[in-house]
Amino acid sequence: MPNRIVCLADIEKSFGGVKVLNKVSLSVKEGEICCLAGENGCGKSTLIKIISGVYAQDSGQIALNDRSYSRLKPIDSIREGIQVIYQDFSLFPNLTVAENLSLSDQVESRRAFVSLTNMRRIARESLAMIGIEMDTDKTVEELPVSGKQLVAIARAVYCNARLIIMDEPTTTLTQKEIESLFALIRHLKEKGISTLFVSHKIREMLDITEKITIMRNGRVVASGDTGAFDEVSITQAMTGRDIGGERFHWGGSLDEEPLLRTEKLSKKGAFSGIDLSLRRGEMVGITGLLGSGRTELALALFGSAPSDEGKIFRNGVEVSIRSIQDAMKNGIAYVPEDRLTEGLFLDQSIERNLFANTYKKFETFVGMLNFKKIRVTASEAMSNYGIVSPDIAMPVRSLSGGNQQRVVLARWMSTGAQVLILNGPTVGVDVGSKFDIHKKLREIANSGVGILIFSDDIQELIINCNRILVVHKGRFTNELDSEFLKEHDLVECLNANR
Amino acid sequence: MNKIFKRNELWLFCILALLAFLVGGSNSSFWSRTNLFSLFKSSVVMGVFALGVLLVIVSGGIDISFPAVAVFSFYITVKYLLYIKFTGSIVMPFVMSMTIGIILGLLNAFLISTFKLIPLIVTLGTGSAVTGFLRAFVGTTTLSNLPQPLIDFSRWNIYTETLADGSVIGFSGSFLIFVALALLVAFILRVTTMGRGVYALGGDQIAAVRAGFPVRKIYYFTYGMAGALAGIAGIIHCSLIRLANPRDLEGIELEVIAAVVLGGASLTGGKGTVLGTILGVFLIVLIKGSLILVGIPTDWQKVTIGVVLITATALTAYRSATHGGR
Amino acid sequence: MAQGLGKIIKSENNIFQLAVITICTFALMCWLLPGTFLTMRNFRSMSFQFPELGILSLAMMLAMLTGGIDLSLVGIANLASILGAFVFVKLMPANSSHEVVVAYIVGVVALALFVGMSCGLLNGFLISKLNVPPILATLGTMQFYTGIAIVLTKGAAVIGLPTQYSVIGNGSLGVFSIPLIIFIVLLIFFAILLRKTNFGINLYLIGSNAKAAIFSGIKVNKNLMISYMIGGCLAGLAGLIMSSRTNAAKADYGTSYILQSILVAVLGGVKPTGGSGKAIGILIAVLALQFLSSGFSMLRFSNFAKEFVWGVFLLAIMIVNYFTNERNKT
Repeated sequence: MPNRIVCLADIEKSFGGVKVLNKVSLSVKEGEICCLAGENGCGKSTLIKIISGVYAQDSGQIALNDRSYSRLKPIDSIREGIQVIYQDFSLFPNLTVAENLSLSDQVESRRAFVSLTNMRRIARESLAMIGIEMDTDKTVEELPVSGKQLVAIARAVYCNARLIIMDEPTTTLTQKEIESLFALIRHLKEKGISTLFVSHKIREMLDITEKITIMRNGRVVASGDTGAFDEVSITQAMTGRDIGGERFHWGGSLDEEPLLRTEKLSKKGAFSGIDLSLRRGEMVGITGLLGSGRTELALALFGSAPSDEGKIFRNGVEVSIRSIQDAMKNGIAYVPEDRLTEGLFLDQSIERNLFANTYKKFETFVGMLNFKKIRVTASEAMSNYGIVSPDIAMPVRSLSGGNQQRVVLARWMSTGAQVLILNGPTVGVDVGSKFDIHKKLREIANSGVGILIFSDDIQELIINCNRILVVHKGRFTNELDSEFLKEHDLVECLNANR
Repeated sequence: MNKIFKRNELWLFCILALLAFLVGGSNSSFWSRTNLFSLFKSSVVMGVFALGVLLVIVSGGIDISFPAVAVFSFYITVKYLLYIKFTGSIVMPFVMSMTIGIILGLLNAFLISTFKLIPLIVTLGTGSAVTGFLRAFVGTTTLSNLPQPLIDFSRWNIYTETLADGSVIGFSGSFLIFVALALLVAFILRVTTMGRGVYALGGDQIAAVRAGFPVRKIYYFTYGMAGALAGIAGIIHCSLIRLANPRDLEGIELEVIAAVVLGGASLTGGKGTVLGTILGVFLIVLIKGSLILVGIPTDWQKVTIGVVLITATALTAYRSATHGGR
Repeated sequence: MAQGLGKIIKSENNIFQLAVITICTFALMCWLLPGTFLTMRNFRSMSFQFPELGILSLAMMLAMLTGGIDLSLVGIANLASILGAFVFVKLMPANSSHEVVVAYIVGVVALALFVGMSCGLLNGFLISKLNVPPILATLGTMQFYTGIAIVLTKGAAVIGLPTQYSVIGNGSLGVFSIPLIIFIVLLIFFAILLRKTNFGINLYLIGSNAKAAIFSGIKVNKNLMISYMIGGCLAGLAGLIMSSRTNAAKADYGTSYILQSILVAVLGGVKPTGGSGKAIGILIAVLALQFLSSGFSMLRFSNFAKEFVWGVFLLAIMIVNYFTNERNKT
């Protein structure tokens, strides 16, 4: 029987009286690829921190490689071969690949001096262990995301990892990169290195893992071999309810004058000759690999990085969109990809987050704001978008991820926008909230707004869009009617572009 | 990135050379040994300060308390040595001033690492507290009768020459100390684990913790070292001008920070080299020392340094905005 | 009602705490200095002293709200007061009639505001358009503005200002000193500007997350420029009050005000990382500082001892804030 690398039994942990983990048990065997799944806030990140020794459990047993620990310290966890790869990779952007790969070893071995040859040797060896070659004298900030991830994995493997915990490893990767990551994980398995895959992307867990453990509200609600699960049962376990996958159907006609139309829109080094049209009530999906120019297109339509050539029409009239303010004037709204860094003012109140760009509407004489009206409008918006909070003066930080995303959505819809551009609308949003947000988007579309969704999430696009456009090397290569589209057709379409 | 640094240093060197030729062209006395020796001598104190500030800036922080620390260290040292009528080796004043500097530096590190405070405001506070303490409780009088070892040190030249008019000029030995300290700091930053830790901390603090770096120790090391260097710079300064003035060195923080930033260090941390810093120091010293030679009154010194700092930072920021991309 | 009050105290926790500290300081000084602290004379003299620091602290708060800092404020104040003083000394004919002098004073006020605004414009340009870190930008401009002031004056004080001019810094209306009135008017203006207008709220949003502000369509650069320009105007005004009060203008007046204005801002609840702070906090904090400062002077503390106390005080407040934040987290 293979050795158990991690064996947790009945782990409990509370923060300030709130029980975050309730009798959680988990085990990972040598060479096993496991998945820890669950919505945001279900306790999986706390569990990781307990395995890596960052937090101490309140009660329960921890055994690593069959050695039990009553109080696990980070250094013990590392010695037992547990390596965590966080979403931000924890690399040093200002240092070279070689240094990033060798520094941990350097610190661990308590050597006082750094030797360049030793550093290069470690770098070469660790990259060889995962079968990758790259220029080790480059600084990490020069690498693409996938390159950074490879460096992080190589570093973990070199530190004699027996179990690599990957926290949401695929979020920022393209389809192709995800596949090579999976190949790498299988390669590691052959070497006897286990992987604990933390994710909420159901398709990926079914693809790669052998065992799935699903958590909800601090408890393990389901656990077993991957073969015993399917998408429906996983979703049900994660959310605790059934979620329908009914497709969006658009009732309008293509003969209608488009809300938004572009003609040969181009931007040097990003995209060229883009002809796009969006009609009232349409939900159009735009997808493509990272670097295909799709994010640049979204930003050009929103004016934050304007195009150099081509025309943009709103309701048939040519408009010039050179700045975010121009876009807003023309009723174009944009919900950014990363809501924490680009969307929200975390320390500010819900009210300020809701009205960040619409306060001007409430100006009375000499520019004073009418706060009575603001409060009324705020509570309307909150009930309309299902934002749950006792007080609009609370900081937006206090809301859950789904509620936060609804705040950003409400902010933009209150500008009276007719065209809504969403970039990765449900990245980092748990399955339950994802469903609610999709429902809200359909409502918005039904009210006559045109919606453009830029996303990687193929399932999301197929279910919610009536048309899907595929971008490759800055051009539209395919236009697909999503009514009867199957997921693997779209994936094939994307793959054909490689 | 290394290539860019090298280019940055090359640029600095070119500007430095160009400036030297311009100044030398307009006034040939620039190339006189008297002037060159005095320029090297005046780069010592600023240079030693700059090494400390470089460490702090690479770690992602900033220190504006070092002039206060330097004055505090040398004044107390001199006052104590005068009190005990010290006549021993020069090593003693250096060690004492350095030790006081280290203690104050560790205090900065304690406040910054324990309470996670903003370095600018912490060092503003400690600087004010240290200066106030010195002048309120230790003394405000300028001590001009320094202990003999310090006077001897100020006369230490590694090369002397008698000019035609009979006056003797010399190349100050203190420059050797600067060179030695620069080599030491360069060595620490380049090849020790602690030095790489300073870069790592400046690059990404959370990642540094996760990689197992003793982050708190790095803070103590960085600010302690900056304090030590400030203490050494202070005692050298006081010896070279042969005065221990408790109101000395006010405003030098700007020139030193200007030199370090000019040398390619970034206030966001993680970037900067000793060579760049030294070139930056030479540039500032050259500009300051040459104003009179080219006929600009000394009143203009502050304006000039201000303009140099503004231009340098603006250019750096502009360059990183256009090249950085993301 | 009681519940409402409790809620206000809770939501204004920092301000409430600060008010308690200020009252304690006041009581302490009254107790330490019976018969001298709690006198009309002391209050009058205090009411002439703190407004200039108060105005500079308001300017500092503006910069800190957006996550920046303005180390050049005192430099701007001195440059503005020196240029103003030059108008009186070099341009105004000697023995001018009262009306002419008054006209010149109006001109000088306008000039000081203009100088302040231009200096602020340069700061704002460096910080917003060129993305220079605020510490570096204002450290450089501080040197630059002070440098110009030194070049103009050769480091000496400019004296011989008209007597009518000294009314700004030394006059009073009833029991209120003119500097105090100016400060209170500005305070009310900024309290309203920051809490009740689009511009004010934008500053908080920018300080909280500049990137999100850009994506929300807030004109970040423009707002930053305006805030530094307003800060510059405030500094220019503070400079006028200083030169009028002391009847002289000099390049290195009030250098300790930089530390003190940061101290007042931090004490008043402005977060150095941006996004939070209130005008009322500045008022209470500047009062606390003035009580301490006057009390220390009466207790025969030297200026150096005060400098020591300010430094320690600044550190102490930051540490206390750290512990309150830690407590609030859990």
